[in-house]
Amino acid sequence: MSINWYLMVSALVFCVGAAGVLTRRNPLVVLLCLELMLNAANIALIAFSRMWGNVDGQIFAIIVMVVAACEVCIGLGLVVAIYRRRLPIDVDELRELQG
Amino acid sequence: MTEVLFFIAAIGAIAGAAGVVSLQNPFYSVLALVFHLLSLAALFLLLQAQFVAAAQFVVYAGAVMVLYVFVVAYVGAAEAAHFKSPVGGGQRTLAIGFALALFVELCIAVLGSGLDAIGTDGPTVAFGFGGPEQLGRALLTRFLVAFEVASYLLLIAAVGAVVLARRRGGIHDEEETRVSAMAFLRPPGVGTMAEAVEGRTGTPVHRELGPPGDAGAPAPTAGDGAGTAAERERVR
Repeated sequence: MSINWYLMVSALVFCVGAAGVLTRRNPLVVLLCLELMLNAANIALIAFSRMWGNVDGQIFAIIVMVVAACEVCIGLGLVVAIYRRRLPIDVDELRELQG
Repeated sequence: MTEVLFFIAAIGAIAGAAGVVSLQNPFYSVLALVFHLLSLAALFLLLQAQFVAAAQFVVYAGAVMVLYVFVVAYVGAAEAAHFKSPVGGGQRTLAIGFALALFVELCIAVLGSGLDAIGTDGPTVAFGFGGPEQLGRALLTRFLVAFEVASYLLLIAAVGAVVLARRRGGIHDEEETRVSAMAFLRPPGVGTMAEAVEGRTGTPVHRELGPPGDAGAPAPTAGDGAGTAAERERVR
């Protein structure tokens, strides 16, 4: 399969993830949609790595996976902290950063 | 053969993505994301990225998604009814329009690219391309700084998650300090040295038996002010 096809899949998944971030209100699902966008970037990176016959893009993809794991860790910690404080778990209602 | 596998994996990935966005229950969204990640691992294998595919399979679809499932089980189910109504119609239309515009733009960028190699299958690569040996060599020589920074980032994230999700006010709670089994094995009326020094009496057994007057909670310790106690009540 030519590299074009992989890039198309990547673009489609990225757009679906972006639409999800904008339309969903549950912060857990917003985090899942962010994962979708990061994974779309990963497909593109690995497709380019294959295109050049060189592993640099795969290293980049692994670093992106590390960043995604950190983001999940902090994001879920925030969701648990919000739940403990009995605040509404809704990104529309959480407008203030002040505790 | 490659074409068939590609289309199966690609359709699986896109269907998983659509499921994440459209399913109402966050638990099903997580399961759809797991399906999406497994399809993606198949795509990575087709692109000769064996190590990344294995990492995706084990670390991402395994460990990270288990974390998600735990948090959704802890938080999600009770809140599901709250999200029945989606965001307002205007924002929804706007968001879908934005996503479509983005897709068209990305298509133009890909199809109009001046790179000739983008229309090929890529060069033939040696056996072992994308394997652990090659990746490890690159990660520990040319990309050593990125590797170290990523490890610091993971450390910071772990510490941050512990700080964010801990209980406020430490472990001064009565039930939480009483972790010793001896507290429950002691006969009624027998206290510990610490209780004698603090001037309070009573194992849990004793408190049930004793007169109601002296069964009250001990005074809060100096570092654990009234504000913290009130906050702990609110957290409950």
